Amino acid sequence: MSSDLAISIKDVSKTFIIRHDRTAPTTLGEAVSRRVRHPFARSEREQFWALKDVSFDVERGEVLALIGSNGAGKSTLLKILSRITEMTEGEVSLQGRVGSLLEVGTGFHQELTGKENIFLNGAILGMTRAEIREQFDAIVEFSGVERFLDTPVKHYSSGMYVRLAFAVAAHLKSEILIVDEVLAVGDQEFQRKCLGKMGDVATEGRTVLLVSHNMAAIQSLCSRAVVLRAGRLVFAGGVDKAVAEYSSREGAELVGDLQNRRDRSGSGQIRCLSLAIRNASGSLTRSIRPQEPFEILVNYEARTALRDVVVAIDLELLDGTKLSSLYSEFRNEAFSLTAGSGSLSCKVAGLPLKPDTYSLSVFLGGNHAIHDYVTRAMSFEVAPTDVFGTGRLPDRSQGAMILDYRWTDVGRVA
Amino acid sequence: MKNMEIAPVAARTVLRPTRGWVAIDFRELIRFKDLLFQLASRDVKLRYKQTLLGVAWVVLQPVLAAGLLTFAFGIVAGLKTEQTPYFLFSFAGLAAWNLFSWTLNKASLSMVGNAYLVSKVYFPRLILPLSGTISSLLDFGVSMGLMVVLMVVYGVHPGFALLVLPIWICLLLCMSLGIGFIAAALTVSYRDVQYILPILIPFMLYASPVAYPVSHLPARYQRVFFLVNPLAGLIEGFRWSLLHTTPPPLRYVAWSAALALTAFVLGAAVFRRAERKVADVI
Repeated sequence: MSSDLAISIKDVSKTFIIRHDRTAPTTLGEAVSRRVRHPFARSEREQFWALKDVSFDVERGEVLALIGSNGAGKSTLLKILSRITEMTEGEVSLQGRVGSLLEVGTGFHQELTGKENIFLNGAILGMTRAEIREQFDAIVEFSGVERFLDTPVKHYSSGMYVRLAFAVAAHLKSEILIVDEVLAVGDQEFQRKCLGKMGDVATEGRTVLLVSHNMAAIQSLCSRAVVLRAGRLVFAGGVDKAVAEYSSREGAELVGDLQNRRDRSGSGQIRCLSLAIRNASGSLTRSIRPQEPFEILVNYEARTALRDVVVAIDLELLDGTKLSSLYSEFRNEAFSLTAGSGSLSCKVAGLPLKPDTYSLSVFLGGNHAIHDYVTRAMSFEVAPTDVFGTGRLPDRSQGAMILDYRWTDVGRVA
Repeated sequence: MKNMEIAPVAARTVLRPTRGWVAIDFRELIRFKDLLFQLASRDVKLRYKQTLLGVAWVVLQPVLAAGLLTFAFGIVAGLKTEQTPYFLFSFAGLAAWNLFSWTLNKASLSMVGNAYLVSKVYFPRLILPLSGTISSLLDFGVSMGLMVVLMVVYGVHPGFALLVLPIWICLLLCMSLGIGFIAAALTVSYRDVQYILPILIPFMLYASPVAYPVSHLPARYQRVFFLVNPLAGLIEGFRWSLLHTTPPPLRYVAWSAALALTAFVLGAAVFRRAERKVADVI
């Protein structure tokens, strides 16, 4: 390993054993009695490769992003690098102390005061008592909770709690810093402060390995990125190319494929093969902005030619609460379909919804018959967007909808 | 950030999959000593939060327990403990016993109780059972302070046997940690251990010479007693060091010591072997 490399990862693989055995022992008694009764039996097992032959290097002083969709193996890799779990095969070489922030405020205890938690959390993150004492004032100043240092953190607001927790983490003095998605906490102002801190860390010559779903943050902080997909490294290089690679690969997942869904009802004369969402610029997406016009495509296959076909898309919350039904019959719209495959399109002027994940169900019917009905056919997200152009976003506690409104002072009316 | 100093040549760590048995990495444990003390101080601070009497419990607990034994065995059953007052006799036995049982109990729960730490941060996992030991040693220290007061009150003067007191303490800790390490490792996959220990520990209290001396047993059973319960030799020895009670025969002390050291080494090995899988299982 050259002296300029901070992290060198060579052919790292990690397997998990999945037992296909519904009666796997969970108590000691079961485990023992099973061994006694069936001494040579082996439960059916399947190996699942969470990571497979991943190799890359990180240079000293570099901020490298790790991107990939959920389940791509990012978190597993971070856990291996931070020594929380062991790899199955391969070798990792680390130059210097590793500090890992897989979560903000690990080990914070509700009953302890802010000051006590600074020392406890610092020690948990690997700082010595002397280091914490040296940085104590800086931590307190960064967190902005000076007045509450002797108050148990259970009395803190969630914002104060997060600020204090991040402040401790931000003052971790390790040559290598491993960060998982911690930028997604706190209010906007605090997020900016955190991003700034991450940038500082890099200019101090330390190495940062960062996982985030926030592509904008990644592009502003990193020069290089590694893309993981299904446990394998698919791209390593410049951050812009990596983000493009990641986005294009995601394209394969943009369509809600329904061909293998068994949990559906209806005659099956027409079947919905897939759902897709297309934005105003014509590209498929799974993320739209509030108020942005878009189009839902229902790709179907009909066994025979059919007349008077009606179609509906239900817009639901993930808990199943129905928000709206886009039913063609309400608008007296019905279709005559020929045998074979085709697509129906539903244009929507925009969703006045707060940022969250939503789900779509699809219904095809006609002449008092149900042809095909699939619930939770596809999910999509309404992305956080600066809708008001003020940098201020309503969060979950501010209701479900985002309406277009404007306040003015109109003097005395009544 | 001011005072940012990064060592020019930082230490290099190579991670590889480990297989089989691994020894205790003492250097790593020393590197994390501050965490050890922080976790111990957390335990101590939290223990008596939201209690009316607070720290007074540290004193009250052993006094009340010894008082109860004195009532049941000393007064009701009229047990004679040679020339030693029964209260003093049982207090010393309980001090040794509590050191053993508290350490065992804390160690056995340490992995599961700190699962949220284990799955989010790296540190040598042995820190967890060891930090529990520090807080039970603190309680033990308070008991010993009371013991000194009681000995002055009762006018008991310790002899040269006091010099070997640390040996008994070390052996009791080895025994309890050894069993505790194994229990902690087992609890990760099999939570049964959590339910077995609370039943087993009080049972072991009465099966050990805490409330009675071994000399009260029929002579022909004493040998079996010392062999079956390795704690017997240690508790009797501990009490002899403080109160000049009948010392345990040397051969049984050797037997207890051998078992205690074996339990410690074996326990640590089992624990080290199990800790690798912990983050994946918990």
